Amino acid sequence: MKLLSLFLSFAKVGVMTFGGGYAMIPILEREIVENRKWASSEELMDYYAVGQCTPGVIAVNTATFIGYKVAGPAGGVAATLGVVFPSVVIICLIAGILTNFADIPAVKSAFTAIRVCVCVLIFNAVVKLWKGAVKDKAGLVLFLIVFVLSLFFDISPVVFVLFCALAGVVLTRTGVRGK
Amino acid sequence: MILLRLFWEFFKTGLFAVGGGMATLPFLYDMSARTGWFTQARLADMIAVSESTPGPIGVNMATYVGFETAGIPGAVVATLGLICPSIIIIILIARVLKQFRESKTVDAVFYGLRPCSIALIAAAGLLVARVTFLNQDAPAAGFNPAELLRWKELLLAAVLLVLTRFVEPLKKLHPVVFIALSAAVGILFAF
Repeated sequence: MKLLSLFLSFAKVGVMTFGGGYAMIPILEREIVENRKWASSEELMDYYAVGQCTPGVIAVNTATFIGYKVAGPAGGVAATLGVVFPSVVIICLIAGILTNFADIPAVKSAFTAIRVCVCVLIFNAVVKLWKGAVKDKAGLVLFLIVFVLSLFFDISPVVFVLFCALAGVVLTRTGVRGK
Repeated sequence: MILLRLFWEFFKTGLFAVGGGMATLPFLYDMSARTGWFTQARLADMIAVSESTPGPIGVNMATYVGFETAGIPGAVVATLGLICPSIIIIILIARVLKQFRESKTVDAVFYGLRPCSIALIAAAGLLVARVTFLNQDAPAAGFNPAELLRWKELLLAAVLLVLTRFVEPLKKLHPVVFIALSAAVGILFAF
């Protein structure tokens, strides 16, 4: 029963999360902390903070945390499946419909202009992330290395992630960090 | 077989994309280049739909790519692939949450990962911008730089940039508002 209510609660959170990220906090607060009392506000913020700096989608990470806390590993799985369930249904519907209308000139025009908007949104996301991400000279150098190499060479992002994780440890241990 | 490959590709994405929804973008870009499952222009469309529909962006993008590649089974498999590493990693971390939060090594790793994540997103964004603002099919003969650029698109970008960054009450609006506005402009001015 607990697994089912975890699934349903997080499906609700999934439907109401529009765009993810910080938009999710008030919804989690209401559903998880106030309605279900599965975690305190402090715990929720802890989970969210750790969910941000572990691999994967933040919403999924936070759901796994709370589900695990409530009902162990099975709870983690149930909550996570719940949070992605609405996405799968809604996107399949929309993608199915869009495929049928993709050749209509008006739809093509709309998406050509929407692509412009997406570029602006990506740019804004980068500007917003910049402050928290690049804090010193060494950070700037890492940014430039990854930016230039990934732009001009066909290297998997996995390679950069592994390299920078290692670089972070080396730069911290050698005291280069913070200068 | 394609389902297995989808699962594996998204498992890798879930394992290495750090820093939220947009962080999956460079992985999807890389996937598009290597597998040819979808074009880079389609990728921009998928981002738009993922931003304008309920659900976390990263999950929506995985579902969309999966659906484009192998229908509904593809959508399910791609999404499961994306969330598998999260489930495993978070359950492991939940047992040692306190140590994890206070670990100096974890902190050092993320000190290196943050600039990496933002650089990857910026580079992938620039590549999406290239398909959007440059005429790919411009005639190669008679180099005319003016024909290389797509002026209508650039103008719209400039307007959107001002609206989303500098106009105080508009800045806080949800991206879906600007996506809808762009769609209307596109239809009205026959982009």
